[in-house]
Amino acid sequence: MLDLPSLQFMAFHLLVGGYVLAILIAPLRDRKPFSRTNTSEGNTSQQSFLFVRYFGFGAALLASLSGLFLSMSVLTTGSALHLDLQQTLPFGSLSINVDPLAAFFLGVISLLGAVVSVYSFGYSGEYAGRKNLSLLVVLYNLFLLSMSIVVIAGNAVLFLIVWELMSLTTFFLINYEHEQRASRKAAILYIVMTHIGTAFLIVMFLLLAGTAHSFDFQSFRNSSAQLPSSIKTLIFFCALIGFGIKSGVVPFHIWLPEAHPAAPSNVSALMSGVMIKTGIYGMVRVYFDFLAPGPAWWGIVVLAVAVASAVLGVLYALMEHDLKRLLAFHSIENIGIILMGVGAAMIFMSYGNMPLATVALIAGLYHVLNHAMFKGLLFLGAGSVVSATHTRNIEELGGLVKKLPWTSAFFLIGALAISALPPLNGFVSEWLTFQALLLGFNISDLSVRVAIPIAVALLALTGALAAACFVKAFGITFLGLPRSSHAEHAHEPPRSMLVPMGVLAFACILLGVFPGSMISILTPVTTFLLGGSASALEVLNLGSLTIPQSGAGGVSPLTLVIFLVALTVLPLVLGLLLGGKLQKRAAMVWACGLEKVEPRMQYTATGFSKPIRMIFSNIFHATHEIEISEAASPFFKQQLRYELETESVFEKYFYEPMRSGVVAAAKFIRRIQTGHLQSYLLYMFIALILLLMFAR
Amino acid sequence: MSEFVYTAVVSILQLLVVLLLAPLATGIIRKTKARLQNRRGASVVQPYYDLTKLFKKEVVLPSTASWIFRFTPYIVFGSTLAIALLVPTIATPVPFHWIGDIITVIYLFAVGRFFVALAGLDTGTAFGGLGSSREMSLASIIEPAMMLAVFTVAVTAGSTDLSIIVSRLSFTPVSIIHPSHLLAFVGLFIVTIAETGRIPVDNPATHLELTMIHEAMILEYSGRYLACIEWASQMKLFVFMALIANMFMPLGIATSFSFVALAIGLGAFIVKVSILAILVALVESSNAKLRLFRVPELLMVAFVLSLLALILYFIIGS
Repeated sequence: MLDLPSLQFMAFHLLVGGYVLAILIAPLRDRKPFSRTNTSEGNTSQQSFLFVRYFGFGAALLASLSGLFLSMSVLTTGSALHLDLQQTLPFGSLSINVDPLAAFFLGVISLLGAVVSVYSFGYSGEYAGRKNLSLLVVLYNLFLLSMSIVVIAGNAVLFLIVWELMSLTTFFLINYEHEQRASRKAAILYIVMTHIGTAFLIVMFLLLAGTAHSFDFQSFRNSSAQLPSSIKTLIFFCALIGFGIKSGVVPFHIWLPEAHPAAPSNVSALMSGVMIKTGIYGMVRVYFDFLAPGPAWWGIVVLAVAVASAVLGVLYALMEHDLKRLLAFHSIENIGIILMGVGAAMIFMSYGNMPLATVALIAGLYHVLNHAMFKGLLFLGAGSVVSATHTRNIEELGGLVKKLPWTSAFFLIGALAISALPPLNGFVSEWLTFQALLLGFNISDLSVRVAIPIAVALLALTGALAAACFVKAFGITFLGLPRSSHAEHAHEPPRSMLVPMGVLAFACILLGVFPGSMISILTPVTTFLLGGSASALEVLNLGSLTIPQSGAGGVSPLTLVIFLVALTVLPLVLGLLLGGKLQKRAAMVWACGLEKVEPRMQYTATGFSKPIRMIFSNIFHATHEIEISEAASPFFKQQLRYELETESVFEKYFYEPMRSGVVAAAKFIRRIQTGHLQSYLLYMFIALILLLMFAR
Repeated sequence: MSEFVYTAVVSILQLLVVLLLAPLATGIIRKTKARLQNRRGASVVQPYYDLTKLFKKEVVLPSTASWIFRFTPYIVFGSTLAIALLVPTIATPVPFHWIGDIITVIYLFAVGRFFVALAGLDTGTAFGGLGSSREMSLASIIEPAMMLAVFTVAVTAGSTDLSIIVSRLSFTPVSIIHPSHLLAFVGLFIVTIAETGRIPVDNPATHLELTMIHEAMILEYSGRYLACIEWASQMKLFVFMALIANMFMPLGIATSFSFVALAIGLGAFIVKVSILAILVALVESSNAKLRLFRVPELLMVAFVLSLLALILYFIIGS
């Protein structure tokens, strides 16, 4: 009775049902469920607030756990789930198809979704009596539901419907704290950008459907061989722009650093951790599933976009002192790292070298999972910091390591992971990406041979800059002395917020120390996309990874950890032998001749990144302004104002001209809107004539 | 059984060589510098006395510091010593070479740097932040430059595994005289100077706030903690010299497990490292410390040289 297909069938229905139930039931307890502010006591009693909170996020937890189960069942048994939901004319069957690729992304979404749902129990307490919680619950569940369906849709029309649903729910979530002007601006920017992307996707699907005569993904796959190469190229670029906007690659990234910080922190974790990955999913689906194999230059284009995103993402992140914006820029960087793996895989695939393509694709996909874990962790950590201190500006923080010991420990693990330091998960995927790129030496084409070393160089630069950025982010936020009373009176968040962070931190360690077993889960995905050829990546015992094609370069994180721990104990032993028990004494540090050390003496985040601002001054075009007001003597300054601005190249030279172009065009076209009825009648008449003439 | 003996003997030798000889290399550099400045200078074994003294002294902790400050010395020491297991010194292949390749080595250095930089910020003083900021900014160019230089050699040898690189190059020494190798060598030498905080990038002997980088971060350390950090920096310098010595001049390194081969390997290694130490001292004595914002230009030279080396190798091949 309970065989695998029926279990999967049940899991799918639980997945959808859980989210839908929360969407339907949570608002019922409210008299005005969709009012934007909900502060009057009569409307939401304490009891119904608790009900909405626990039922809403509990249902989301249940649904995402069943999504995780569904994904794991497909990845481990290899049997895909296919469901026909609704037969429609003329779009064919709106079907669900959970193949290994879809299952992997569904798994990542559900895993982070489950953890964030638990976090939301505690986090939503923030909004008690201040905001309408049922609205958040409805949007949150809709968001998770639409994201899950996006990756498992088996039909272009269904895909576009849920894609649009996802975009719209995110729009409302970004706008949740609509009292703030920044949120409203961010939401508008997001909705404009994402709709440009959707337009490209619609064109792409129409092009695909034109040859396939169907909107089913299966027919796209079967008919891709008949597509002329010019159409293929067009599809390639449509997908790159359409999905690129969603994943925030440079130069389409401008919405991301605005939108992610504006949303509530639990939602930012999901947006940065998994929503932008739906863009990656789309690219992998189109490039590896529908159109494969494409020419090598596609891979080089993707690699170029990836490199630009990685380097610029981290450079802009370094200039930020808004904690959530900083993390948002790092999402751009990590999307770049993911796409480096994907791009390299496309290059190898076009030369038919499937073993190498497998390594590269695994590198990219493993980074998808890893980034979801550590970026989720970091955003949840940032959320805890924000709810404890009510500020996102790290210049006002400091010393939190003593006030929020657990949060800071978890954040540190996330920071180490995103800086790709061994033995955490970020290191493993970056290691794989390096290996994948170096394998490019096996390709004899000249353009590839020039592109690959440059990509390697810039990936190395990215990694080093990311470490610098997270020394800044962690050091300024958590270490030293508190720079404001916000930071001084901070308290550790409730346990329901700490446990999810702990789970994600544990996942970062687990994925880093035991990469072998985790990567084996990816095997069905690469087999599905690249065929069953032997991978160039070998997983040996003790979870060590080896790449025979690159002369047995390998890494064994587990053994490394054992040695690291053992060798860290060595100085303790040596110290005991040489000098006996450690004598410690606390003392004040030198305060430059003043009475005691003041928080203002510390380095600021802006000061910390100054050398980098100088080194890369060509990119930042920083301008600063100093204003000093003096009291009686020039030796005693009364007030000092320092203003620093870095130029956003893309906004100035790309978006601003485009925006003014659009406005000018609109002004020009406005002339035909005369306001006279007769002229509109004339337009209709002309349109009718034209249609009769040409569109028979 | 013999494999177990090999693993144990070579690994322990490896650790001991790095642990015990690293202060000596620093001593040689200091002595040479003193001689070039017409001073007699302290004995070459002075660093050992310093370390022993520091190990016996009590630790004064800044009252602002957290657990990060207390853990950092051990983490730095442990991660540097872990690198010592992976980099061939007197024999190749090192028994534990499968634990990590050259990428792992570079990122292990980054672990130590990350924590020292955090410790600098943890003290809550202006100097700590100054040091961390400068160290991380310069490292963001040093690290990629080093990676590219090393990758050039790795691609030549067809592996990222250090032991395999050294073994292959020691069998075909001609391949060392490849144009891209020479470029990579210069790149890596600049990286070594910069990464280990020597003149003209940083001055390990100064505590002047205008110039110091590494010393500013560890200014608040004392006693045993300082000993750990100092020893770790000496080992770092030593490991870098071992990398250069064995990747670009793998002569004499033991490739078989016998007493004679190991003895020859040890002898050759000491000679090579001494030569490099004197070279570092020469560079330090014949150059002035660069202004901080001139340093990135020097590092960019290393970065570009290494990048050229790698591209050159990709294009013209072997």
